Amino acid sequence: MTGLADHLIIVPILLPLVSAAVMLLLNERRRGIKGVIGIATTAAVLIVSIVLMRQVDLMSTGSGVTTYQLGNWPAPFGIVLVLDRLSALMLVLTGVLAIAALLYSLARWHRAGPRFHTIFQLQLMGLNGAFLTGDLFNLFVFFEVLLAASYGLVLHGDGTARVRAGLAYIAINLTGSFLFLIGVSLAYGATGTLNMADLAQRIPNLAPENAALVAAAAAILGTAFLMKAGAWPLNFWLPTTYAAAAAPAAALFAIMSKLGVYVILRLWTLMFGPGAGSLAGFGGEWLLFTGMLTIAFGTVGVLASQSLPRLAGCSVLVSSGTLIAAIGTERSTVIGSALFYLVSSTLGIAALFLLVELVERMRDPGADVLAVTMEAYNESNDDDPEAEVGVAIPASIAILGGSFIACALLLAGLPPLAGFIGKFGMMAAMLQTDGASVKASAWMLIGLLTVSGLATLIAMTRTGISSFWARMDDSVPRVRVIEMAPVVCLLLLCLGLTVGGGPAMRYMEATTKALQTPQDYITGVLGMPKVGAANGGARP
Amino acid sequence: MTELVFALAVGILTASGVWLLLRPRTFQVIIGLSLLSYAVNLFIFGMGRLRVGAPPVLENAEAVDPSLYADPLPQALVLTAIVISFAMTALFLVVLLASRGLTGTDHVDGQEDPQ
Repeated sequence: MTGLADHLIIVPILLPLVSAAVMLLLNERRRGIKGVIGIATTAAVLIVSIVLMRQVDLMSTGSGVTTYQLGNWPAPFGIVLVLDRLSALMLVLTGVLAIAALLYSLARWHRAGPRFHTIFQLQLMGLNGAFLTGDLFNLFVFFEVLLAASYGLVLHGDGTARVRAGLAYIAINLTGSFLFLIGVSLAYGATGTLNMADLAQRIPNLAPENAALVAAAAAILGTAFLMKAGAWPLNFWLPTTYAAAAAPAAALFAIMSKLGVYVILRLWTLMFGPGAGSLAGFGGEWLLFTGMLTIAFGTVGVLASQSLPRLAGCSVLVSSGTLIAAIGTERSTVIGSALFYLVSSTLGIAALFLLVELVERMRDPGADVLAVTMEAYNESNDDDPEAEVGVAIPASIAILGGSFIACALLLAGLPPLAGFIGKFGMMAAMLQTDGASVKASAWMLIGLLTVSGLATLIAMTRTGISSFWARMDDSVPRVRVIEMAPVVCLLLLCLGLTVGGGPAMRYMEATTKALQTPQDYITGVLGMPKVGAANGGARP
Repeated sequence: MTELVFALAVGILTASGVWLLLRPRTFQVIIGLSLLSYAVNLFIFGMGRLRVGAPPVLENAEAVDPSLYADPLPQALVLTAIVISFAMTALFLVVLLASRGLTGTDHVDGQEDPQ
């Protein structure tokens, strides 16, 4: 029970922290070494995450909840790290995105500003910590760690656009943090605990006046997390910031907006599940309609985008909105498919952010604006189509174009790739009502999902045509293998997710099942004795 | 009486903070954020219930009546929150100066309103 393997849970937090500290000591000019340390750390964290995921999945007994007591203080009093299927899934996803973004940045972005590798590792630490913690205030601390690092990443590379976007980004996130703090302290004032499991245990037995306070706390906390996830109307900062950030930073940010979704899913199923007494299902309708409005806003944004980075930023909104609405349906089968969609859309968006920068390199600025304007004024720009016949497409453009099509299919949710399975699963689950009639809101959500997919396809096709089928005056983009490989790998992973759809879906279903039974989580966290207490206090 | 003064202080700080946060100059925004952070810190403190003259630390390990003591946890939370918001304000200040240097104006949009 006290082997080294038990300490594996804390590795995804400690390792990036240590490597960030070490890299801080190295001279800024020794980027080669820093790159090697960064890649080694990220790879190690990814491997540990995969091991943890397998460990959780193979655990046949109980819900697969593993608790790690920091400082060996038992749960409601000490801070604990909690690993279950959901957090393991998010850890692996973070690791995959991080290593792809870091590899990509080695080509040139890590030279664009000081201390990129250190900030990157701190961001990784904040993300992993936020996914693992089982304590509300500790969640706040990890949120601040990852936000502070993300401010650095947004500003990485400098330039007026980044500073301008960064200013708004920091202001809105600081305000969000204050809401977070107010919510946390209200929850503490009403229940007397900050541990998530203990909170869930106390909610059904609250006095009515305290139940109202907890509801207020949950609403304020929810606002803070929805802000992070990019829910309408708190998302006007998101497309601008993500579009302004450097490509590898933006790719990593794709998981950051999913963090807001993760926290909502975790807290909401834990605190307001069916067993929560008077507060059961609190705010479900709000989540559903906020999600649908976000999808609608994102769809309009995708159609109206005049540049590729902005299009990618708006597709983050569509993906977040879909997930929030799916959580709001309060149906476990819908949430299972939504988790599948979460993985595929996050991978797809990250790949798109990386790809966008490569595509942008081969076109002249302003071509997008021109294309959209010309469409609006009904002018055609195909002068002399004969001239282009027989031009050999250089290999790099073929790969770029292929990846772009794959991204479009993924985000629009069309058949061969994983995006389809997630979306189709959600729709099918919504229509399966065991005889009862399908709710009007479910029909609305199905309609919105279809329309948003179509809009994404139209926008991506339009941009694709104007950037890949445009006349090229022998300006083949200079793309390096190390930049192309992460994009292709991310897309191949999505393909793998389609091929291995069965096992992946089984994992997601097990995850949702665990989320639906918060009692297992509570006993897993609170029932765990102090290490060494069970065998007479003797520690090896 | 303490409760009234406390509630008024939190309310006035929050109101001033929100008003300043919505102003167009970056300096006003940063002052607004600072005021908001004071309000939030006071609020966290208040959530541990207001007690006058009660120590937060137990003097001995004997069984004692916890109602004679102030709740130490919100005080620890406030300490953490103060440190974090202080660091974030400093960071925001740097970005503010960078924005002023790059755009030549202290407007939050990086350009003056067309009058």
